[in-house]
Amino acid sequence: MKDIPVLRVVTKITIPIILLFAMYVQFHGDYGPGGGFQAGVIFAAAFILYGLVFGTSAVRQVVSPGILRLLTALGLLLFAGVGILTMLLGGDYLDYNTLGQDPLHGQHLGIFLVELGVGITVAAVMIIFFLAFAGRRD
Amino acid sequence: MTLAQLPALQVILPLIAAPLCLLLRSGRLAWLLSILVSATALIIAVLLLRLVLENGTVIYTYGGWAAPWGIEYRVDIANAFVLAIVTSISTVVLLFSRVGASWEIKSSEQSLFYTAYLLCLTGLLGMTVTGDAFNLFVFLEISSLSSYVLIAMGPDRRGLTAAYQYLIMGTIGATFILIAVGLLYMVTGTLNMADLANLLPALEQSRTVRVAFAFLTVGIGLKLAMFPLHLWLPNAYAYAPHVVSAFLAATATKVAVYVLVRFIYDVFGSSFAFDSMPLQSILVVLGAAAVLSGSTVAIFQHNIKRMLGYSSVAQIGYMILGISLASVSGLTATLVHLLNHALMKGGLFLALACMAFQLGGTRLVDLAGAGRRMPWTSAAFVVGGLSLIGVPLTAGFVSKWLLVVAVLEAGWWPVLIVIAVGSLLAVAYIWRVIEMIYFRSATNPDEHSEETHWSLLAPVWLLIVANVYFGLHTQWSVGVAQRAAQMLFGGPG
Repeated sequence: MKDIPVLRVVTKITIPIILLFAMYVQFHGDYGPGGGFQAGVIFAAAFILYGLVFGTSAVRQVVSPGILRLLTALGLLLFAGVGILTMLLGGDYLDYNTLGQDPLHGQHLGIFLVELGVGITVAAVMIIFFLAFAGRRD
Repeated sequence: MTLAQLPALQVILPLIAAPLCLLLRSGRLAWLLSILVSATALIIAVLLLRLVLENGTVIYTYGGWAAPWGIEYRVDIANAFVLAIVTSISTVVLLFSRVGASWEIKSSEQSLFYTAYLLCLTGLLGMTVTGDAFNLFVFLEISSLSSYVLIAMGPDRRGLTAAYQYLIMGTIGATFILIAVGLLYMVTGTLNMADLANLLPALEQSRTVRVAFAFLTVGIGLKLAMFPLHLWLPNAYAYAPHVVSAFLAATATKVAVYVLVRFIYDVFGSSFAFDSMPLQSILVVLGAAAVLSGSTVAIFQHNIKRMLGYSSVAQIGYMILGISLASVSGLTATLVHLLNHALMKGGLFLALACMAFQLGGTRLVDLAGAGRRMPWTSAAFVVGGLSLIGVPLTAGFVSKWLLVVAVLEAGWWPVLIVIAVGSLLAVAYIWRVIEMIYFRSATNPDEHSEETHWSLLAPVWLLIVANVYFGLHTQWSVGVAQRAAQMLFGGPG
């Protein structure tokens, strides 16, 4: 589809906006609607759009499958690691109160890290899904 | 970290190890990590069981949010017992799979295999330990999704269709469970099982609660392969990699049976399930039909793994019969059979895996003359088979005996006949294998076929010896199961 100029140009214009919106949903998630899962899906949507227009091999040049596999694991490890950290700090699993100098800061930091982990894993897994289903004929 | 953190660590350890396995590219390292985690989980389960037997129920709140708002883990004798079964079987299967899995799984996929295995273990342990109905659904999905992957990973391409079939059936089951949880939440406003158990008796006449109960029974029935919802099971067990068959046969259906027991006796209460709802007559008929049909169909199987799959359907029938009795003795028989069936099926599937590696297949004709070529493995299969039949001095006899006593207590003579016929049918299908192993000479004498490696034989015999041990020393297994059954009937924990 990359032979169609309109599609090519519009895709290149919208991809940064999609990525920015994903970041907004991710990092504003504790004040407004949003969170890691939604942000991860939106972030992956930018890659999927890129893949639809320029082909899956172009996506593989941006993120290699090895990095995607790493990110999938890292996101989950970040989530679970925060839980282990709160345990080591003397609380129950995922008791964010222990993370900051007072419960308010602790809760804020905890949910931020956990949602970041969710976002990373969801984005990586969505891209893996797309590549797995679309990349057959390459 | 103190003893108080054990319920969380039970589930968290395999959950963290799973992504680590994904990062380890080497299958050998992933195996090492998996067995370390599984052995640690076994130690945690044993510690929890001891703790619970001495001090009563252990409660763990996630994130410091008290129940019924937060998610709560609630370990009592019943689920501590199941945790011990799942973790010990998982550890033994992993001991076997150092060599066993490398035989069947491509080396590039081995770290993925152990990732899926650990996720499946996480899901099963989470389902067992949680005290929250929605959390149970989440863990059910974790264990189901990873088990579809595990089944499809083998060299046999029929595993793909078997996994797909299981995927469809399992998803329907999980959806039914989700609908039931949603309906319960709609009526009671809570997802916590203990809270549900407090609120539900007042709502006994509510149509919504009755519908929720029906959805839940059918949904769990699909997951535990209750007759006639069992059609996914024989193919899934037959075409999965051998280690996966052993692991799933010995753990997945057991956890589903536990979940059914938990919901019937603890959440809804036996008076609702058996007096207001016609569960008893349904379960008796389905249990008896499972015993008779599963055992009969098993006789006509050419593939021994499929035969063991149908035999699992029959064995689950015995557990359903125990549940349907609605008595402490019946429930004790079911819980003891959870352990004993895990030991016998785990041992049989692993012994069969050894034969398949050496003799090249799991069809009945492949095993001809195995008795001379692989004496130790064949002997293990025979002892495991005797336990499956329920011959005295084996674990299978203990659970059959308890079931018979419970049935006599209730005065259900026709069910007694079903159990007797079921055992005779088991003699028939096990005898077919024994005849092939010992009384036929090999069709294709092959000098390479000899006794399998000791590292494969040791886990097999570990389970087989456990079969004999729990057949002779019933004090521990029956004692714990009895206390668990009394507790589920509202006695002291």
